[in-house]
Amino acid sequence: MLSRGPWQVRHFRCESFSHSILIRLMTLEFKTHTLANGLQIVAEINPAGYTAAFGFFVRTGARDERPGELGLSHFLEHMAFKGTATRTAADVNRELDELGGQANAYTSEEQTVYYTTVLPKYQDRAIDVLCDIMRPALRDEDFQTERQVILEEIAKYDDQPPFGAFETSMELYFNGHPLGGRVLGTPESIAAMTSDAMRAYFNRRYDPKNMVLSIAGCVDFEAVVRQVESLTSGWPTATESEPLNTPRTFGEQGVELPVPDASQTYLIRIGSAPSNNDNDRYAMRMLVSIMGEEGGSRLFWDLIDTGRADVATMWTQEYQDTGLLFTYLSCAPEDVEMNLTLIDQAIGLFVQEGPTDDEIEQAKNRICRG
Amino acid sequence: MPQELIYQHTFDNGLVLLGEPMPWLRSAAMAFMLPAGCRYEPANRLGLAGFANEMVQRGAGNYSSRDLVAVQDNLGIDRSSSISTSHASFGAAMPAESLLDALSVYAEIVLHPHLPSDQIDDARQLCLQELHANEDDLPQTLMNRLKQMHYGELLGRNSLGDEAGLLAIDSNDVRSFFQQRYRPGGSILAVAGNFDWRRVKDHVETLLSDWRPVEAEDEVQTSGDKGYQHIEHPSQQTHLGIAFPAVRYGDEDYYPMRAAVGVLSDGMSSRLFTRVREERGLCYTISAGCHSMREGGGVFCYAGTTVERAQETFDVTLRELQAIADGVGDDELDRLKVRIQSSLIMEQESSASRASAIVSDWYLLGRIQSRDELQQKIDALTTSDLIDYWKRCPPRDLRVVTVGPEALDVPMIA
Repeated sequence: MLSRGPWQVRHFRCESFSHSILIRLMTLEFKTHTLANGLQIVAEINPAGYTAAFGFFVRTGARDERPGELGLSHFLEHMAFKGTATRTAADVNRELDELGGQANAYTSEEQTVYYTTVLPKYQDRAIDVLCDIMRPALRDEDFQTERQVILEEIAKYDDQPPFGAFETSMELYFNGHPLGGRVLGTPESIAAMTSDAMRAYFNRRYDPKNMVLSIAGCVDFEAVVRQVESLTSGWPTATESEPLNTPRTFGEQGVELPVPDASQTYLIRIGSAPSNNDNDRYAMRMLVSIMGEEGGSRLFWDLIDTGRADVATMWTQEYQDTGLLFTYLSCAPEDVEMNLTLIDQAIGLFVQEGPTDDEIEQAKNRICRG
Repeated sequence: MPQELIYQHTFDNGLVLLGEPMPWLRSAAMAFMLPAGCRYEPANRLGLAGFANEMVQRGAGNYSSRDLVAVQDNLGIDRSSSISTSHASFGAAMPAESLLDALSVYAEIVLHPHLPSDQIDDARQLCLQELHANEDDLPQTLMNRLKQMHYGELLGRNSLGDEAGLLAIDSNDVRSFFQQRYRPGGSILAVAGNFDWRRVKDHVETLLSDWRPVEAEDEVQTSGDKGYQHIEHPSQQTHLGIAFPAVRYGDEDYYPMRAAVGVLSDGMSSRLFTRVREERGLCYTISAGCHSMREGGGVFCYAGTTVERAQETFDVTLRELQAIADGVGDDELDRLKVRIQSSLIMEQESSASRASAIVSDWYLLGRIQSRDELQQKIDALTTSDLIDYWKRCPPRDLRVVTVGPEALDVPMIA
């Protein structure tokens, strides 16, 4: 969540509440292990913790979708909860609830994540269910019902500010490259989807070499390794992994989307930023904190504190081989031009004079509190 | 779970200080609730509570507006402020060593705000921006209307106010509201996390013991009524909300009622999620929850669904709400008990959760309920308790609101 901007939507399987967990005072221990099938297990161990968290991170998302697969990664994420060879959909939901934790999943452009947080005594059962749903049955009857849920999810986001502007700006920026594809898909792409296409995508992307099991908290690492090794030894793995298809960038362009009955205008601007592999990303994150952090940045003082806008913020989003700088403005329609001018002046001033020492110190303290 | 130790002290001026030490943490958190919510606004100044809350943070004591933000950032404070029906609230979570300094900053905010008259128009614009942005949030629009129907004009107010009220507010209104409502009597300050109680108590006494008391006022009653209202909107989905009266937190029937709502809506195997979403694919979002005020409580449900499936979603949801009286499985209640036990244990990793829980307990119960006591009450629940409550107090006097292109056929249940 930290690497994302406050306004970026991740598409979760279901609505959830967020809560902050503050780690107990304890020295943390880090461990990793790679199984023979290529599945990596990484751990941050805190023996004094009250909880244990487990998450499968699958390196697959919108950018890995081929033509005709738009929205498939996210649809598959939903289908993982709809049953396996040995569990029905109701079994999966019931067993996750029986563990008393918070289980959910989300899909983004580059990853699909399934996770749960439970009391340490439920470690074995949590691992058992999570490993099992990584091999979903993809039954056609469940597929047809879940298609309706996905269509409802698309309609929900269409009704919600900024009314599809994120998705449209990503499509424009990446100009046909799947990194700019809609994570949820479109009503048309979801209506045309088949369970056979999903099975083919699953076989291509859910290779154990393409997955990481991340565990944290009060966990028994060696026991997890033994259990996961036993549960996943039959997962097939390919010898070759797919090469990364790096997007090109294009010239400036813009589009306006009319929304009937909207009170505010929502504006999104995307530019380039450092990638996930670029050390400049740390400086960039501090830069956007100084420029766009809610409650105490340059844009906050110029536009929010003065009541010119209800949102004026910036954030970066990092991908494996590229990065994006987002600027997001929400204000009265008649104030858009003036506010954009103020934003550009603030950017110009930063480029010309850079940050002050006090701003850097304040940003460090703000970032470290997370 | 470790033995709980909870401190409480009431100062002569009426301010209540609560503390729950969690020495295993590196953090501390505070929750500060003042009797300055939107119920205390004059009817022609709706939005004044939020407006005043914005103004008190625009400089206080020796701090300018920007200084306040800088000092809070530099102390590593993750902070929030909000307005509810009855309260203005400040929340702050931070590294444990920042707590005393943070308390000093908040004391300045509630005692010595500058309330700069040259920033009244900026604050007004900010409040108007929030109000207008809120109008674009359809589930929020729905819940605002539902709350108003359920609790009545005064206790069901929207904390953002209305445009006429915000436009009418001036410096005198803000100053007068601040003087009347930012007061020690009815204010509750809770700290949780890694702190020393004596040092915190002495520090708060130094900071806030001179805070001037103001006379208390009479309680008011809820005045909501059943009915159906449709808000027409050219949206993709029909957003539908159902509310009905229920006992409030503190009532002896609260836990049977809360558990029944849990059977309906807590978790992915809950009835509403299973029957409405998983089995029929009618919606992406569906939920039910309880809400409590001192004056009363209610159950509030929400679902968002496309127009052609809205009527079926409403019908199935209503049927599930009523079906609790027909029976609850032991397995349903057992799952709920595990969830609650887990969340109580997990809460021990969050000082902010505990600070907010004890401040709310004190307001609604007049005391703090320990996790052990809560656990015992939950363990003692049987399925008969839930069914018995639902038979005695079934969903009735429904308040129903829809937002979307078409109204629904809503039966009125007496």
